[in-house]
Amino acid sequence: MTEHSKKIGDPLLKVDNISLGFGGVQALSNISFEIREHEILAIIGPNGAGKTSMLNVINGFYHPQQGTITFRGEVRRAMRPYIAARQGIARTFQNVALFKGMSTLDNIMTGRNLRMQSNFFWQILHYGPARREEIEHRRRVEEIIDFLEIQAIRRVPVGKLPYGLQKRVELARALAMEPELLLLDEPMAGMNVEEKEDMSRFILDVNEQFGTTIALIEHDMGVVMDISDRVVVLDYGRKLADGTPDEVRGNQGVIDAYLGVPHE
Amino acid sequence: MGDFTFFLETTISGLMTGVMYSLVALGFVLIFKASGIFNFAQGVMCLFAALTLVGLMEKFGLPAWLAIIATIGVMIVLAWLIERFVLQYMVSQSPIILFMATIGLAYVLEGVGDLMWGSDVKLLDIGLPQGASDWMLDNFNIYVEKLELVAGVVAAAMVAVLAVFFQKTRIGRALRAVADDHQAALSVGISLRTIWVIVWSVAGIVALVTGIMWGSKSGVQFSLSLIALKALPVLILGGFTSIPGAIVGGLIIGVGEKWAEIYVGSLVGGAIENWFAYVLALMFLLVRPQGLFGEKIIERV
Repeated sequence: MTEHSKKIGDPLLKVDNISLGFGGVQALSNISFEIREHEILAIIGPNGAGKTSMLNVINGFYHPQQGTITFRGEVRRAMRPYIAARQGIARTFQNVALFKGMSTLDNIMTGRNLRMQSNFFWQILHYGPARREEIEHRRRVEEIIDFLEIQAIRRVPVGKLPYGLQKRVELARALAMEPELLLLDEPMAGMNVEEKEDMSRFILDVNEQFGTTIALIEHDMGVVMDISDRVVVLDYGRKLADGTPDEVRGNQGVIDAYLGVPHE
Repeated sequence: MGDFTFFLETTISGLMTGVMYSLVALGFVLIFKASGIFNFAQGVMCLFAALTLVGLMEKFGLPAWLAIIATIGVMIVLAWLIERFVLQYMVSQSPIILFMATIGLAYVLEGVGDLMWGSDVKLLDIGLPQGASDWMLDNFNIYVEKLELVAGVVAAAMVAVLAVFFQKTRIGRALRAVADDHQAALSVGISLRTIWVIVWSVAGIVALVTGIMWGSKSGVQFSLSLIALKALPVLILGGFTSIPGAIVGGLIIGVGEKWAEIYVGSLVGGAIENWFAYVLALMFLLVRPQGLFGEKIIERV
């Protein structure tokens, strides 16, 4: 199945000394880590550890007060969502952010938006280059639909879909952008065991077949240990550990954060 | 004249007034759909567009077609200015704050229009046919204003173009996306600012068309901005997010108020046209608050 024999490469994205606060709350303090090419990196930590804030910094929803983000060799004080998308960063959200009134197909097509070039007037007429382009993009979208096994819900408005499928459509939309870096915010939250297995398989397949680099936030430790190459642990906005699943599992600080420290 | 002919004339005249209401409502729906902003300034935008058009024709002696193109340009620049100096600072503010901002905008626009072109009633004549349609009179013995027929055709064409624009184009898809979820739209690389400029431009052009139709009918004057108030019941009937809703709502109110005026008016002392629409809207709010075509908000629990 592997077309890209998986080879973890150089850092694709690096965050250095990122600090982010909201008023009196320090969401992130001095966080540095890197995401390497073709790897699956899990960001874990207890609730309120700053995981989602971290993703929001990476794709430009939040602008940190301190630190830099280096993506593809370019150093930035902050990302902007539009630039992040242009440069090949796609993401999904913790509470599913889909276009609820639109069909599955249209939702996924929005992921192709940046790649469509044809002239506005041809599009209105739905003719000529615009028609060819639309067909080409539709073909790509159909491939993704097949890949994620959501053929049956193509025409259904996503607001009507059950939660598990909405999560899958959201992943499809992100994949339609053909991203280099895919950020997944709790892709398996609220799923049953079977759905989690499906989602894990999809994530691994995306990583292997397309070579997409993936950074994900997940609470299910079983899943995290199974699918990720490296794990970053956050707690109260600080980085506790950073390493392979095995290294992190044995780290005393991590164990304390998750299980609590006995009071003497 | 037979009773039935009279009834038909009333209905047609009501439909045509309704088309005008629909046009104003359309401008509201566009902006509401794409940004969740209830644009109080839509009525004033109609006035402003019409004033600019008349001004360009009178003061600079431009021919009608050139003046229309120039006014479209002005409306696009206006959209850009609104985004640059107002909306940009209002991202993710609550709807009521955005609404207040558009009230401010309405007064600014009104003032600027006044300042530039004066406040006297102006005649708008871009060569649209006036008077009764002889053809309708000869063949059906019904009195219909030519201008009203033109308005009907123009409105239909505009709705058709907008429908294609929203459903078939990349920008249309992006517009619908922005309307649904700002964050998600940003994450797929849609630029909110561009979308807002586009949608306010389109609303500006719709305002111009409305301004031309109303202006040709009853002159360009301050009261033009008050038709925005009539658009409110239209929106409540049709649903704030539905383009077909704006059209149907406008027609229902147009016809409804004419019928009410003629068949019920004498019983309650007349002037029913002034309040009929609002009472109808009130009844709708009680029975079907999302309007005829509005999306019913379903909360998953």
